[in-house]
Parts: sequence; structure tokens; C-alpha cells
Amino acid sequence: MSHALTPSQTIGPFYFGTLANTYRAELAPPGVAGERIELAIALHDRDGAVVPDGLIEIWQANSHGRYNHPEDRRNLPLDAGFEGFGRASTDKAGVARFGTVRPGRVPWPQGGLQAAHVNISVFARGVLNRLATRLYFDGDPALAEDPVLKLVEAARRPTLIAKRDGGGLWTLSIHLGGAHETVFFDG
Amino acid sequence: MTEQAYRRPAAGTHPANLSPEYKSTVARSPSKPAVILPQTLSEITGPLRREERLDAGESDLTKQRMAAPLGERIIVQGRVLDEDGRAVPQALVEIWQCNAAGRYHHPGDQHDAPLDPNFYGGGRVRADEDGNYRFVTIKPGAYPWGNHRNAWRPAHIHFSLFGPAFATRLITQMYFPGDPLLAFDPIYNSVPAGARARLQSSFDMEATQPEWALAYRFDIVLRGRNATPMENA
Repeated sequence: MSHALTPSQTIGPFYFGTLANTYRAELAPPGVAGERIELAIALHDRDGAVVPDGLIEIWQANSHGRYNHPEDRRNLPLDAGFEGFGRASTDKAGVARFGTVRPGRVPWPQGGLQAAHVNISVFARGVLNRLATRLYFDGDPALAEDPVLKLVEAARRPTLIAKRDGGGLWTLSIHLGGAHETVFFDG
Repeated sequence: MTEQAYRRPAAGTHPANLSPEYKSTVARSPSKPAVILPQTLSEITGPLRREERLDAGESDLTKQRMAAPLGERIIVQGRVLDEDGRAVPQALVEIWQCNAAGRYHHPGDQHDAPLDPNFYGGGRVRADEDGNYRFVTIKPGAYPWGNHRNAWRPAHIHFSLFGPAFATRLITQMYFPGDPLLAFDPIYNSVPAGARARLQSSFDMEATQPEWALAYRFDIVLRGRNATPMENA
């Protein structure tokens, strides 16, 4: 039996306090294995203005490269208390923050591994469909042969690559449009 | 391992990112097409939120404060399915809405309508093994917004669904059947004409509770999977 897909609608401006209640989400409680990192994801509109009413969600593998999901059946460790999901609203400066661990690499269907990455969903007033993108890590030698980055024209790849901002802090600016428009994926 | 990829949405399902009648889309919509990505483990896995503990009270938005909120009590129920009609078991369903007077419990909402100290407007429930979910709430009011002269949002409830994968994530809005404001709403009408009626709930006489509450049904259909398997290392 065929059922017609439910269409998407905007999250609107009034989700804070109900759907989301934080500007910084902590994914990894003490004891979770891996390198501790903090992600600061800034959201901008076409004109470069900050988007202070956006919701960012992230989904990632643990430090061993294992997704906490029944369809990841590889024999790699799961970490108790680490689902790999985080949700944070952007703040007045347009930034959503996440405390997590650096993810391990996950396979590419045709063989080999993808470079380590965090999967991102963007929602906001004025955004009618979920926008999916990825965060990669600057300086990672695996970036050069990452099969997903190869699908992206070279000039636009930097829109997906977070920069280290001292210590464990990584920053990425997502631009919904304009000269620095982020690469979004249809996956 | 062998997995099946999630089907791409049929043309005519989702709104265009740039829907200029809804003015906020102009500066917030990408101008370049999305890059088509073969689905990998990153896309076919996703948060299931199974560890998230829900209080029983979270599905009844009329019992979250000291007393009952003002407004018309309603039951909103339905099923979470995929395009093949299969239940999405244990799906986490999250909703949020304004109060009966058309005002959100949110500091950014400055509409000149009363806040109701007994209505917060957020709810969550986990669907059962057959994808069935049920909320008790009050019927949200219509409210004006600044999109254009005399713009009013039709009464609606926001819905958030994860489904089984990152690829199935969906945020949408449920409307009420036959609302005269639907014809004038650029957000509802951003959905292609052939698909927008799917966002209207249906009045459900069977599910009403005599002497207590009317009921509306809203089934949510998430992406289904291709028949052809894909290889996933």
C-alpha cells in the first residue's frame, strides 16, 4: 500500500522553551571514550546577518566510528550514555554549541572510509525544509580522499570544514545563502 | 551488510526553499541545488531517542500546570508510518503550539493576546509498536504575524519526527480541516497544491470522548525505502 509523504514546514520562531531549551548541548557524559571537543556552529543568512532563532541538530558516530543505531552492525564498541545526538538553539549571536567527542571514521559504501564528520540538520524560521550538511575537521589528512567532499566542487569545500580555534574548540559558519553559501546535501 | 536506501521525495511533495510569498525565505534559502549524496551509514542511521525518558504527563498538555488551561480541549491522534504503510514503531513525536488565544509561551511572541499561566504548549509522546500516538491538548488559536498586511496564521500544531534515520527527519505543521485562513497562508501554501491537504488533520468522530473532548486525526508519513538493496560496507 502506498502512502503519500507528509510535506515539510518551517520550525517557525517559537520552538524555544518547548522543543528545545538550550544553546549548548552536551553529548558525552564523563567516561565516554575519545578526544573531547566543543563545536561552535554559527548560522548566517544570505546577507551575512546572524540567525538567532535557528535550531541545529547533530548526529555522529562515537570515537570508535560506531553509530549507536541497530543498522550499524559492525563489531565496534558502543559507549554507554553516548547516543551521538545533540540539539541546541542558536543564541543572540547566532551560535549553537555542542560538547562532544571527536567522531571516528565510518565506511563508504563502495569501500574504504569517509573522513571523520558530524552530520548536521538546520531548521529556522524562513527555512521550509530541513537543510542537511556536514562538519569536517580542518587538518585531517583524510579530507583529501574523502568521497563525499569529492562530490563537492573544490571552491565550496571549505564551507564544510570547521577550523580549530585553540584547544578543543572547533568553529564552523553555516551560511544559508550569499557568496559563502554552505553546501547542503540531499541524502 | 546490505541495506536499502531511503527513497527521494517525489517532486511536488515539499515546499520550494525559496517561497517568496513567505518573506523570511528570501534571505534564508540556499540558491544552489543540494548536492546529491549516496546514502551511507551516516544517513541510514539516526537518533532513535530510545533512552529518552518521557513522563506520562508530557502527552497531556492540559495537565502540565496547576489548573486546566482555557480553551477547547481536544484529542490529537494518529499514526506514524512510512510510504509503504509500515508503522514506525516507538517513534518519538514532539509537538508545540500557542494557547487558545493565539499566543505562544515564548518571549519573542508579542501578540496582544493573553498568556495562559496554565498552558505551556509543549508535549512529547512515544508512539506504540504500531506507530499510534495520542495527545490531549487545547485547540490553538489563530494569530496575526508580520508577513504582509493583515496576515494571520491558521490554527496549527508544530510536529517534530525523527523516524528511523537521519534521512527521515521531519518537522512539519498540522492544520485543522476547512480552516478559512488556509487559503491565505503563505506557509501552508508553500507546499505544492497536490500535497498541501496532507497537512490538514481530519475530524475524527470515532475518537471523540463523549461529554469531554472532540478529536482530530493526523497521520504522518515518513520516507520509505527503495526495493533495491544498496551495499554498505
